[in-house]
Amino acid sequence: MSEADGIMRLRQPISVTYNWSAGPNATSHLNGLLAGTLIGKRCPSCSLVYFPPRNGVCPKCARVLGDDVVVGPRGTITTFCVVNVPFLGQKIKLPYVAAQILLDGADISMQHLIQECEAGDVRIGMRVEPVWKDRSEWGPSLENIAHFRPTGEPDRDMGVEAGAS
Amino acid sequence: MSAATTPSTPGADGIFVAPLVVEYPYKRTVGTLLSRFFLSLQEGRLEGTRGSDGRVFFPPAEFDPVTGRALDEWVTLPETGTVTTWAWQSVPQPNQPLEHPFAWALITIDGTEVPMLHAVDAGDIGRIRTGSRVKVRWAAERSGGVRDIACFDLLEEAS
Amino acid sequence: MARRDVAIVATAQRPNQVGSTLTSVELILPVINEVIEKLGIERQKIGFWCHGSCDYMSGQPFSFVAAVDAIGAWPPIIESHVEGDGALALYEAWVKIQTGECDVALVFSNGKTTSGPIDRILNLQADPYMVTPLWPGFDSLSALQARACLDSNVLTEADMAEVAARSYRDALNNPIAYAKENVTAEQLLARPYVTAPLRAHDCGVPVDGANAVVLAAGDAARGLAERPAWIRGIDHRIDTQRLGARSMTESFSTAVAAHKAGVGDDRIDVAELHAPYTHQEILLRRAMNLGEGTHINPSGGALVSNPAMAAGLARFAEAAESVFSGSADRVLAHCTSGPMLQQNLVCVMEGE
Repeated sequence: MSEADGIMRLRQPISVTYNWSAGPNATSHLNGLLAGTLIGKRCPSCSLVYFPPRNGVCPKCARVLGDDVVVGPRGTITTFCVVNVPFLGQKIKLPYVAAQILLDGADISMQHLIQECEAGDVRIGMRVEPVWKDRSEWGPSLENIAHFRPTGEPDRDMGVEAGAS
Repeated sequence: MSAATTPSTPGADGIFVAPLVVEYPYKRTVGTLLSRFFLSLQEGRLEGTRGSDGRVFFPPAEFDPVTGRALDEWVTLPETGTVTTWAWQSVPQPNQPLEHPFAWALITIDGTEVPMLHAVDAGDIGRIRTGSRVKVRWAAERSGGVRDIACFDLLEEAS
Repeated sequence: MARRDVAIVATAQRPNQVGSTLTSVELILPVINEVIEKLGIERQKIGFWCHGSCDYMSGQPFSFVAAVDAIGAWPPIIESHVEGDGALALYEAWVKIQTGECDVALVFSNGKTTSGPIDRILNLQADPYMVTPLWPGFDSLSALQARACLDSNVLTEADMAEVAARSYRDALNNPIAYAKENVTAEQLLARPYVTAPLRAHDCGVPVDGANAVVLAAGDAARGLAERPAWIRGIDHRIDTQRLGARSMTESFSTAVAAHKAGVGDDRIDVAELHAPYTHQEILLRRAMNLGEGTHINPSGGALVSNPAMAAGLARFAEAAESVFSGSADRVLAHCTSGPMLQQNLVCVMEGE
């Protein structure tokens, strides 16, 4: 394919199919999502609770995570951003809020979508809860949660903790 | 880049495994010299470049291996060459030049010294050998690229 | 600047397997912890971490960033990654120690080859214009090299089968080797071609593996190991990327690297050669002038377990272990990268 400048552009699509394993340490977490329960894991060394349990290891201690811990479903926004920029593959109507949410009982925040409120009303410390998709659409995925929405509870003072986790 | 996984169910050991397809829709800008080269392939011509020591390179060298200077002397080459080594692909894989068993070969195009990689549609493993003479089979539809050469055919051997 | 004396002081390798359901982090974590436990040192003593792997094999850009989860990177560490075999990461760690910035470095690598079409994935490192669009795969490229060697009488198919039979038999004594068989060259020659002139036994078996090696300088090394494997020479050379412009029957880059590493200065007791194809072992032996007195690949080598991106560092681990145990005094470790022995790293190690 030659363009106006006389320089060729070679189209070279590359496609590779893998067999992707989530690993044994993710099994309880993924089964939890299939049942509508949020399951994280506790590090046997530093006791931090990870949700999701990352690669099944505590990156601080280099230990395999231990006991399952049911967390949430409610949580607190630790930080957020308002997305106004369209990009390829975007599925959500602009503007929307992507937030880090610290689920109750977890020590590490996770990212999810905030809906059912004005973007301008979202704030650090806001209490939120998950809105699940119809059960027929569930798979072993955090996408089972359509989004999080405000609960109306009083804000939690995140203080210097905000963003630390 | 795009990546897609299909939701999975756990295997016998309870571990979740899913197919993951990763695709990169690359479009490469090849520069002025290779542009001319790929255009010549599209037009059904083999063109190489001549180095400072007189050697002809096909596919063309962009820079002289001896002096490092940009090369710009073009040489139109015949569509015939000689197999310098070969291997037999008994079970062709996706996207390879031919869908039936074929030979990979390093082929030195007549008038050049450094061989190139391509496929030879030899039909049977017993018909090809190092030294076999081959000729370009052009792709019916050409878009500027090494696949404009569909493969090489064996020339009848003079006995 | 005078060179610092640097040695391998400990190694750990996980058993090679096929179809592992572990993630890369889960593959790596145990070997890192094992090698640290062997030394009995605090994690903070490690001044530099260096990782070798290939993102294309993981199917995830920047997968090496996730791998840091296996390190225990808190408080923050000094870390680097090489998109290639762990042996190249070892070379970087050796250079880092030479700069004087650290005394102890941990090198690790992982290769999960059975979660994707490895031959197709490795093809992505070839020339993107003239080679990759044909999707030849490493087996067929190596077969072209083998044919050239056969045609020019550098070796015979029986020589190749002899390499495989020896490797498969030696692997019987290696608990982490994947393929092992009490077999003769004659029996192997009766088996069919896969990509003629290569038979199945001529091609390394793709497996999932991970390993870790600790390097230390001077007194630190003496304090960490009873008999460190001192690196006396290490060198890395590359031949042209242009497949047809390279000699098919000699490995010039190996010969130069071996000379620079001092291979010929004295006898070599054990050589662990990273030869994923039988004919390549023969080319490597010729390029480095390794004779009868050298035991080649007592581990079985990359033919019996080839965790791409970890198979080269595995050679360093195996060679160093033979120094630790006292079964060898002067050993050689080699790593190749790219199709048809394109790049070659050669290292000579000695016990004191």
